[in-house]
Amino acid sequence: MSLSFEAVLAARNVDVSLHVEPGETVAVMGPNGAGKSSVVQSLAGLLKPDSGLAVLDGEPLFQLPGDAPDLWLPPHARGVGLLAQEPLLFPHLTVLDNVAFGPRSRGASRRDSRDAARRWLTEVHAAELARRMPAQLSGGQAQRVALARALATEPALLLLDEPMAALDVNSAPFLRSLLRRVLAGRRAIIVTHDVLDALMLADRIIVMDGGRIVESGPTAAVLTHPRSAFAASLAGLNVLTGTLDGSTLAMPDGGLVAGQPAGGLGGPEGLAAFPPSAVSVFLAPPAGSPRNCFAVVVDELEPQGGHIRVRAGALAADVSAAAVAELGLAPGVEVFFVVKAAEVRLYPA
Amino acid sequence: MRDAGAHPNARAAASRTTRPGDGRTRGGTRRRPWQYTGVPAWIYVVAALGALFILLPLAGMVAQVQWGQFWELVSSDSSVAALLLSLRTAAASTVLCIVFGVPLALLLARGQFFGQRILRALILLPLVVPPVVGGLALLYTFGRQGLIGRSLELAGISIAFSTTAVVMAQTFVALPFLVLSLEGTLRTAGQKYEAVAATLGARPGTVLRRITLPLVLPGLISGAVLAFARSLGEFGATLTFAGSLEGVTRTMPLEIYLQRETSPEAAVALSFLLIAVAVVVVAVTYRVPKSPLRALAAGRTSGPAGEVTP
Repeated sequence: MSLSFEAVLAARNVDVSLHVEPGETVAVMGPNGAGKSSVVQSLAGLLKPDSGLAVLDGEPLFQLPGDAPDLWLPPHARGVGLLAQEPLLFPHLTVLDNVAFGPRSRGASRRDSRDAARRWLTEVHAAELARRMPAQLSGGQAQRVALARALATEPALLLLDEPMAALDVNSAPFLRSLLRRVLAGRRAIIVTHDVLDALMLADRIIVMDGGRIVESGPTAAVLTHPRSAFAASLAGLNVLTGTLDGSTLAMPDGGLVAGQPAGGLGGPEGLAAFPPSAVSVFLAPPAGSPRNCFAVVVDELEPQGGHIRVRAGALAADVSAAAVAELGLAPGVEVFFVVKAAEVRLYPA
Repeated sequence: MRDAGAHPNARAAASRTTRPGDGRTRGGTRRRPWQYTGVPAWIYVVAALGALFILLPLAGMVAQVQWGQFWELVSSDSSVAALLLSLRTAAASTVLCIVFGVPLALLLARGQFFGQRILRALILLPLVVPPVVGGLALLYTFGRQGLIGRSLELAGISIAFSTTAVVMAQTFVALPFLVLSLEGTLRTAGQKYEAVAATLGARPGTVLRRITLPLVLPGLISGAVLAFARSLGEFGATLTFAGSLEGVTRTMPLEIYLQRETSPEAAVALSFLLIAVAVVVVAVTYRVPKSPLRALAAGRTSGPAGEVTP
C-alpha cells in the first residue's frame, strides 16, 4: 500500500516518477520552474498530465492514456488534501464552517462535521478563532486554519505546496513546528524552498530540475553528500561539474580540480563539492602544496553571521571581516580562490 | 459614484473624533489628508458638462410635472394597469435572466470549448442591435408564421402579442446585461477557491452551491438589477413582438409614448414615476452587500498584523 506516480506533461517539459510509502513525508525541492507544482497539481487532480499512471493505496487516481477510455478520478474523489501557499479560506464562511466544509461535503451531518472541525481547530491551536471570519485573521492564523481544514478530511495523501512561503518570519516557525507534529506518521509531499523545512519535516528529499528528478534520498544523506548542483547549493556548498578521472575532475573549460573521491558508481560525468569555509582568498596565486586555485572576479559581498561571504561567479568563500578589509575586497576585484584537495569531495553524477 | 457615496459617510465617522489641540475644528470635521490624484483640472470641467448632460434633461422633465394633479394622472386605470404589467413582466424576465444567464456566464467564464469567443459575441449581440430589430427577430421566430411559432401554432400555443411575448422581448434585451456582469465577477473571483473545495471532497454541484454562487453573489445581484432596469425600460422589441394591448402587453414605456399624443401631462407624470422606480433600483444596486472577497483583501491589509502564538 503506497503511492506510485508517473506523469509526463509535454507542455511544461515534466517527466517524473516517484513513490511515497505510508507515513512517509517527502520534500520536493528545486529551482523555480522545475516542475514541482505540476507534480502537486497532477496528484490533486487539478492538472491533467499527457500520459502517466498514479495509484494511491491500490486505487488508481489516473491512467493516461488508459485502456480506453482514460481513467481520471476527479479531485473530489481522490482523498488527496492540498495546502497551498495562500490559505484560500472561503471568505463567506466562518472559520468553523471552513474546517467543517470537507467532512460536510463528504456526507457527514452538520453536527458531526462541526464537531470534527472543532477537534481539528484545537489540534492546530486555533479553537478560539472558530467564530471569526477569514478576513479577521492574520496570515499565520489563516494558514493554521487552512491546515486544519485540509486535515479534517483525513486525506490519504496531504500535499503542501510551499505552505510557509507567504508567512512572515514570526509565523513560519510556529507553523513549522505544528506541521512537524501533524505530519508525523502521515503521508505527505511538501514542496519547499527552505532547507529547514526539509530537515525538520521530511524523511526524504527529492530534488527536481528542468522537469526531472535529479536526486533523491534520505534528507541527511542528500544534504551531506549532495550529488546535484541544486542540492549542494541547498547545503551551502560550492559545486563544479565536469568529467571524473580518478582523483581529479576535468572541467569543460580545461581546468582541473583535485579532490577526494567519495566513492559510488556512475559514468565519467561527475562533480566536485566543497564548503565556502574551506576556501581561502589570495590576491596572488600561492606557490607549493597540492591546492586547487581558481582565478575569479568578486561579484558581491554579503554578511552572514560572523563572517563575510564573498561571491564570485558560481563560487563562494567565507572570510572574516578583517580579511576583507586587509585584502581590500570589493566587487570587481580580481582574486584567487584556493582550496586544499583534501577539502574537495568528488562524486560521480 | 460609489466613492461619492462613501465619502460623506467617512466624514461623518471622522467627525465624531475631534483633533486635539485644534481650537476651531470646522464643526468637528477632521479632513482627510490631501493625496495626489493625477487628474488634470480641465477633466473636472468636461466631467461636469457630462454630468449636466444627464441631469439637466431629468430636471427639465421634473419641472414639467403637474404636481397638483399628479396622483390623479398616475392612478388612472390605464396607468395602473401599465405599471403593474411592467413590474410583473420585468420581474418575470429578471427571473428568466437569472435562470439562463447564470449557466451562460459560468460557461463563458469557466468553460473550455470550441467556439467560446463566438458564443460570447453572439450572446452580447442584443446590446448593440436596435431593440426593434430584436423584436422583428423574435417575431420571425416565435410569431404565427415564424420558424418555431408555426409548429407552436399547430400545438395550439400562440406567443406573439401576449404577455408572454412581452417577457420574452424583455429577456432578449436584458440577458446580456446579467451575463456580462456575472462573467466579469466570476473571472475576478478566479477558480482557486473552487479547486480547494474540490480537494476537500466537494462535488461540482456542491462547489457551485456553497462556494461559487456565494462568492459572486454581489455580481449576480447587480447583474439582476441591471437586467430588471433594462426590462422595465424596454420599448422597441416589445412594441414589435408584443404590440400594445392595454393590460396585456402595454407596459409603462408604451403607455407613456401613447399618452404623449393625447395627454402630455399624464406622460410626464408617468415618466417621473418610472424615474422614481429606476432611482430606487439604482439605490438598491449600490447597497449590494460588499463582496466577501473584497472584505478578505481589505482585512489582509488592515487586519491584526502579528501572529498570536499561544
